[in-house]
Amino acid sequence: MNDNHYDVIVIGAGPAGLTAGIYLARGKMKTLILNEGTVGGQMVLTHEIANYPGIEKISGFQLARTIKAQALSFGCTIKSNIRITKLEFEKSIKSVEVNGKDTYTGDAIILATGGKSRTLNVPGEEEFKGKGVSYCATCDGDFFQDKNIIVVGGGNSAFEEAVSLTKYAKSVTIVHQFDHFQAFPHAIVEAKNNPKIRFLMESKITEFNGTEKLAMVQIQHQMTKEITTMAVEGVFVLIGYEPSTQKLRGIVALNERNEIIVDQQLQTNIAGVYAAGDSITKRYRQITTAVADGTIAALSAMDYINNRNVKSATQPSQTNILLQHSELSPVIENYQLVNYLH
Amino acid sequence: MIQTNLTHLTSEEKFNQTLKENENVMVCCGRMGPMCIPVYESMEELEPAYKHIKFADMEFDSPTGNVIRSLPETKNFNGLPFTVYFKNGKVVKATSSIQSMDQITKILDSNFAK
Ligand SMILES: Cc1cc2nc3c(=O)[nH]c(=O)nc-3n(C[C@H](O)[C@H](O)[C@H](O)COP(=O)(O)OP(=O)(O)OC[C@H]3O[C@@H](n4cnc5c(N)ncnc54)[C@H](O)[C@@H]3O)c2cc1C
Repeated sequence: MNDNHYDVIVIGAGPAGLTAGIYLARGKMKTLILNEGTVGGQMVLTHEIANYPGIEKISGFQLARTIKAQALSFGCTIKSNIRITKLEFEKSIKSVEVNGKDTYTGDAIILATGGKSRTLNVPGEEEFKGKGVSYCATCDGDFFQDKNIIVVGGGNSAFEEAVSLTKYAKSVTIVHQFDHFQAFPHAIVEAKNNPKIRFLMESKITEFNGTEKLAMVQIQHQMTKEITTMAVEGVFVLIGYEPSTQKLRGIVALNERNEIIVDQQLQTNIAGVYAAGDSITKRYRQITTAVADGTIAALSAMDYINNRNVKSATQPSQTNILLQHSELSPVIENYQLVNYLH
Repeated sequence: MIQTNLTHLTSEEKFNQTLKENENVMVCCGRMGPMCIPVYESMEELEPAYKHIKFADMEFDSPTGNVIRSLPETKNFNGLPFTVYFKNGKVVKATSSIQSMDQITKILDSNFAK
């Protein structure tokens, strides 16, 4: 096999993908991790992680660096900030094209593409990013001292951040598309009791306007369709996360929420293709659950490869009859290792 | 302290010296926050392939950060990090908030020809 062939290719280097990498590389699988963004995934968005067992408190950045170093130390190859341009999973050798030019092949694939924050996708949003439009209240809140701002969203993070932004802002308007909120009742009560917070229900921002920086937004009422203009200098978009599975549409089976459908071994609808972490169908999305999924997917992928190798080694095909005992033994050693790891 | 493997510009003197000694300089002025870390990471990854560019970071809240905060090119910025690209000591481009590897690469390629 050529240099670009790997036993397993992991797509995504968040906690799920990196953990899979650790288990695979320790299991002597030649492993490649391909990541479109920053290594660490959503972990690097987290200032402080206090619920990862064994570590009292750690910044997401440090935890990501440590897990990455662990994966590298066992021999994983990690390529980050790449762009996946083509995926072909139907044949027994799967292929992944990167940046429109390099192709990597693998016997098995683990999809660990996680999730990303939703954007509004309306005119002006990208243009005013960093000039009034923000996705992180803890990062940018202090730029809005005594300003009138908007928080878009109706979930827990929107409510928590709206309350925390009242430390700086003159007023905070929560703009929400529905007539009810998804946040916890106590978070709603806290926001409703805050004199700086007001609410605009059943409304959506349809456009961001300004010259050098954000000056106003267009807001449409969802029932009357009436559009009003509101002068604001800051808008925090906190409308939750969605699975990063756009590139997997039509390639593996997804559910109606675009989450990857998996079985108990975390195998997708395609043999040899596994999925782990926030991008799969599941209820709870945490670092601990992503790490657990990464472990299961890696062990399942190793089982798949080793079973396949053992099967083809024991079938009396022309090639296998010619195999020497010494050529078979590494496969069998790996197989035992997998069972030991279980 | 910014925890990266980039050159840390910890004083105004070091900043001026870096601009004087290097034709092409990219400075990312931020905190260890979620919008800044991806930019530092991209810079670390690009550094080996862009040897003609000096990649540096700077603490936004330190007194030195003022050299970036007070630039006319960043006066309308209100999203971290403030990333500024210098050629021969002059600002050629400045961006606010998180930028992807693709966006950074485009800026480097169009402003700092090899
Ligand atoms: C602000 C915030 C705070 C949080 N706080 C906590 C906490 O305190 N404790 C906790 O346990 N959990 C917390 N979480 C949740 C936790 O971070 C996630 O559940 C976990 O990171 C999911 O891991 P993952 O590996 O599945 O996906 P991710 O972390 O999302 O990583 C996926 C990776 O895949 C990459 N990727 C995406 N698409 C592609 C593609 N097509 N090709 C290649 N690569 C791709 C992404 O760039 C990313 O690097 C928090 C999340 C957020 C956003």
